[in-house]
Parts: sequence; structure tokens; C-alpha cells
Amino acid sequence: MKPIPAPITIYVPRDSAAISLGADDVAIAIAAEAARLGVAIHLVRNSSRGLFWLEPLVEVATEAGRIGYGPVQPEDVASLFAAGLGNAHALNIGIVDELPYLKTQERLTFARAGITDPVSLDDYLAHGGYRGLKNALAMAPEAIVAAVTESGLRGRGGAAFPAGIKWKTVLGAEGAQKYIVCNADEGDSGTYADRMVCEGDPFLLIEGMTIAGLAVGATRGYIYLRCEYPYGQRALEEAIASAYASGWLGANIQGSAKRFDLEVRMGAGAYICGEETSLLESLEGKRGMVRFKPPLPAIKGLFGCPTVINNVITLASVPVILDKGAEYYKHFGVGRSRGTLPVQLAGNVKFGGLVEKAFGVTLRDLLYTYGGGTLSGKPIRAVQVGGPLGSYIPESQFDLPLDYEAYARLNNMVGHGGITVFDSSVDMAEQARFSMEFCATESCGKCTPCRIGSTRGMEVIDKLVAGDQPVKQEALLRDLCDTMLAGSLCALGGMAPFPVLSALNHFPEDFRPQPEMLEKAS
Amino acid sequence: MSTSTFERKPPIKLAELSSLSPAELAAVNGVLAKLKDAPGALLPVLHGIQDALGFVPKDAVPIVAKAMNLSRAEVHGVISFYHWYRTEKPGEHVIHLCRAEACQAVGGRALEQHVKTTLGIDFHETTADGRYTLEPAYCLGNCAVGPSLLIDMELKGRVTPTRFDRLTGAVA
Repeated sequence: MKPIPAPITIYVPRDSAAISLGADDVAIAIAAEAARLGVAIHLVRNSSRGLFWLEPLVEVATEAGRIGYGPVQPEDVASLFAAGLGNAHALNIGIVDELPYLKTQERLTFARAGITDPVSLDDYLAHGGYRGLKNALAMAPEAIVAAVTESGLRGRGGAAFPAGIKWKTVLGAEGAQKYIVCNADEGDSGTYADRMVCEGDPFLLIEGMTIAGLAVGATRGYIYLRCEYPYGQRALEEAIASAYASGWLGANIQGSAKRFDLEVRMGAGAYICGEETSLLESLEGKRGMVRFKPPLPAIKGLFGCPTVINNVITLASVPVILDKGAEYYKHFGVGRSRGTLPVQLAGNVKFGGLVEKAFGVTLRDLLYTYGGGTLSGKPIRAVQVGGPLGSYIPESQFDLPLDYEAYARLNNMVGHGGITVFDSSVDMAEQARFSMEFCATESCGKCTPCRIGSTRGMEVIDKLVAGDQPVKQEALLRDLCDTMLAGSLCALGGMAPFPVLSALNHFPEDFRPQPEMLEKAS
Repeated sequence: MSTSTFERKPPIKLAELSSLSPAELAAVNGVLAKLKDAPGALLPVLHGIQDALGFVPKDAVPIVAKAMNLSRAEVHGVISFYHWYRTEKPGEHVIHLCRAEACQAVGGRALEQHVKTTLGIDFHETTADGRYTLEPAYCLGNCAVGPSLLIDMELKGRVTPTRFDRLTGAVA
């Protein structure tokens, strides 16, 4: 007689992108079908691997490894059980870890993506979690800062400022109270890496922030999360409660007598609050108006105290540096861009998902080897890298290596690593106009070039496209962009011209008036 | 010194009229009691009120201002700065439709037109039957599988016009 089989472990992601495609219904269908058949299963709601074209991606644990099925809909569930879990099926994609898309990545920050249950502390600990913090607890603050500096880690939010230098300034600043603030106001379209960390590996962010606290002598942290991310809020709050309950947060972290308190604060739908000084104003309960710098937040930040403010991915990259060493992290990358960047393929792309690679990978490789071209099957016409303030890049620049300096030389921006793909049907004048419209909607209003320039920009583009004195309008638009670039207080007004000018420079034909427009104008 | 025929009377202090129902007032006060003393508490307080009532009633402003030792202008200024806060009662279901680039690249503009035509409203409006309120969103972080929307804070991806009709049919 055969022994009673142990329950089969089945994974269905709880990532909101997977849920947006039906993962919750699939999980319900799996539980119901198992109950109906009397099969013992252990259902785990894991994070997402970041292979979004396969979501909902159901995985089944087998002796050979985790077998994937995707994309699964509730009506497929009965046939999965009928074929025998782990056996051949039309949706069977084989062993997930062996997929070239995953296998060729260098997942340091996203090492646990799709593997663990995000809110299980035991899972986190079993998969290398908190090793960085354990090391940091035995180190002097100066040594932690030195390790982060040595690793070459730069701010992943977009500005690419060396994290170690920022931390060193805060460590050296006088202040009875210091703060660690995590910028989780990921408003850039085409980016979702912060969301994936908040929802999919919240302990990683908690660990990174705790290490930052030890490094600079800050005992209190805030995660400023955008309110468009309700799933991330729930995961973070659950993980924070569990970290407190197990002594990973609070007055006496793992018996070290070191303190770190952490809470989540929700934004309220203002893109500008991703700008660090505006975010601090918002955390203080005010309108998110950009502050003048200096003073730097590192000297006078939240509530006037020395503050480290870093993006989610920056803080989430710290644990691996403290775990495996600065040398390990630094050996990935090129030039002054060290380590890895979680690139997010978005928009009209066949295989959209998270690709964490060492710096140096080309855009072409990302778009075709990983992305597989467009979803529509039409040729790629332009890609916008770095969010709504990043330039539109044409095919002629697709061999550009992923490197902060190489991008900056061409007025492009790596930013937060989002790549939004557009096919040949895109109207670049429409995109340029949207950049100005977005800037007008989201401007905090403090400086004139951004507040007024963005509205004037829309008007000038409208006239240009309508054929109303086009030569004059183009000169005016370029002049306006110049004023915004040079005269804005922060990156919103100061960078909104990049997508506009790149569209105008690389795709001038889209700005020429259509014949019927000319008729109307005359 | 002759007495003036015009005598200055002390201003009459009227009790402030509030349109808040007792339940709404209790909700506002409950949120304030719980959150108002945290540092920089105004955004959490306003979120608390909107989560409880669906919006931040204009008559909650003086109550919040007084409890937090702020001016009404400061509270009003914060409410009006942030797109998320609403000062009118929303419809039964709130839809946040993404307008950003990654969704545009996969048909977001056409979906936006379909949604507005189907519901017969523009952004920031509520249907006449009070069923739906439509709000724009600039990115929901679902950029690999757009176009996306939040309906009652549940995320939906790959929303075609047909899928939108099914979704609204399901919650109607």
C-alpha cells in the first residue's frame, strides 16, 4: 500500500499585478477544487516573480523544483488537477527557475521575489533575511556607512546621489533626533519595483531602514507610501507588526539595546511628493511644496532634524551589501554605476516584467532579448526611460549601455529604471503635449517656470501641431523648455522638457501639421 | 464729550451651523482622538475621515483645525493641494482610471474615452444615478499589464472596453 502523500504545496501570488489579472479567484478555485477532490494541499500566497505576462503564475512544488503554469484563469484549475499537478498541461512552462528570462538575471535586491510568502518572517529568515542587520548590529556606525560608501550604491530613485555620502553627512550632523525616511511615492509611470518590494518583500525594506538607522544614529523611520498602493500598505503594516512582535523593531532590537521605530504614512495622490523636500513637507502635515536647498535634508530634514531620505530600492539594496560585503556588490556594474538595477519593462511590450541586471546591459538587450518586442507585434518606435520626466529614446540609441553617465551624456535619464515601450502607432506630439499637461497638473506651484511654463507649453504645442506659424512656435517651445530646464526649483519643471524636446528632436515629423489642419488654419 | 448716536454693539456670536450628521461628527471626532497627536498628523487625520465617510466634508474643516491648533486656511490648503481628498460625497463605487504613459501605450486613451462615454461623465464627476465616481490616476504601478484601474481600491489590469463593461456590470 502506498503511503499517504504529503500535502502538495501550491503557490499563487498575492502581488497586486497578479491579483489585477485574477490571482485571488484562481486561489479560491484551487482551494475549492482540492476540497472537492479531497486532495491535501498547502496553498501559499507568494510574491510575484515579476514575469507579468505569465500572471497569474501558479507554481507547484515538486522534487525537481517548482513547476509553473501560466497564465492561469479560474476555469483552468479543474484541468490542472485532472492532468495531475506537476504533469504536462498546455499551461505548463516547466521549472520556473530554469526560464532564461529569470536565469540570466542578477537578482540581488529581488533575490526572494516570487519565492517566499512576503509577510512570513520565518520565510524571510529561512531565505537569507536579516543577515545584513545581524552583521550591522556588531559594527560601529562609521563602519556601516563606510561599507555602503565602498559598495558604490547610488540613489535608485532617480537622482543617483551616492548613498554613503548622504549617510555620512547625517551621521556627522548634530541632532538629538534623527530620522530615516523611505520615499515610496513611486509615481513614475512605467515603474513598479518599489511596489513589488513593499508588497512582495516588506521585511527587506524594514531591514534596510533599520540598518540605515544604526548607521546614522536615527531611532525613528517613516515609509511615505503613495495611496495608490493599498496592497503595499497592508503588506508593510503586517510585516512591521510582525517585526515588532519578534524583536526586529522597537526599543531593543534582538537584545542589542539599539532602538528603531517604524511606521507607514500614506501620501495623497500628489506626484510632486516624490521630490524629497516636498515629501518631507507632506510628512509634516503640510501642502507638498518644494523647499529651497540648502539646507539639505541631511542637515535639516524632517521636523528640522537630520534626515536620511532614500528611495525604496536604495534602502532595499543595503541588506545584501551588509550581508555579502561591499566588494561583492561593487563587482557588478560598469564605470561609476555599481551593482544592479531592477529594470521594469512596461507599456506595449510582449514580455513585460522585472529584469534585475548589473549596470551595462544595453537597451536593445532589454527590449528584445527580455521584452520580446511589442505586445501589438508592430515595430518599437520609441521608449521612454526613467518615467514621465525621462526622454523618449529612438531606435538609433538602443545600443546605449545602462549607465547613469552614458545616459546623461545624451540628455537621457536612467531614473528609477522604468522602460515604457511604444509601438509605431504612437503620436509623439501627443506624448509631448501630455508631458506638459502632466507637469501642469502636478506642479506644486512654487516656481514660475514650472507652474506657468507647463500650461504655456501645452498651448504652444497645440498651435505648432495646428500649423499656426509653426517656425515661430517651435522656436518659442524650445525657448520655453530652456527656461524650464534652467529656472525651475526642482526636477518636475526642470526635467519635464526632456520628453518634450526628445520627441521634437527625434520625431519632428509628428509635429508637422496634418494637411487638414493646415486647411483649417488658412 | 457728546455721546454718539451710533453705539457699537458687541458682535453677535452665532452658533456655527454644521451640516454634519451626529454620526459624521462622531466619526470625525473619533479619528481626531486617535490620530491628532502624532507628529505631522494632518494627512493621516484627513485619510481617516475620508476612509470613514468617503469624503472630507467642508464642515469637518473647522473641527479639525480647532482640534489640531491649525487655522482653517491651513487645513483647507492641505485638502485642496492633494488630489486624493474629496470634498463631495462620492458615488457608490469609485473608479481611479490610470492616464499615464505605460497605459497610454496599450490603449489607455481609447479606454478613457470609452469609460467617459459609457458613464456619461468626465473626471471628478459622479453619475446622475449616484453609482460611479470617476477619478484620474497617474500610475497604479501595474505598468506591465495595463491599461489599469482601481475600482473600490481593487486593482484591475488589461482593461479593454469590453472588460470595463463586465467589471461595471459585476459591481452594479
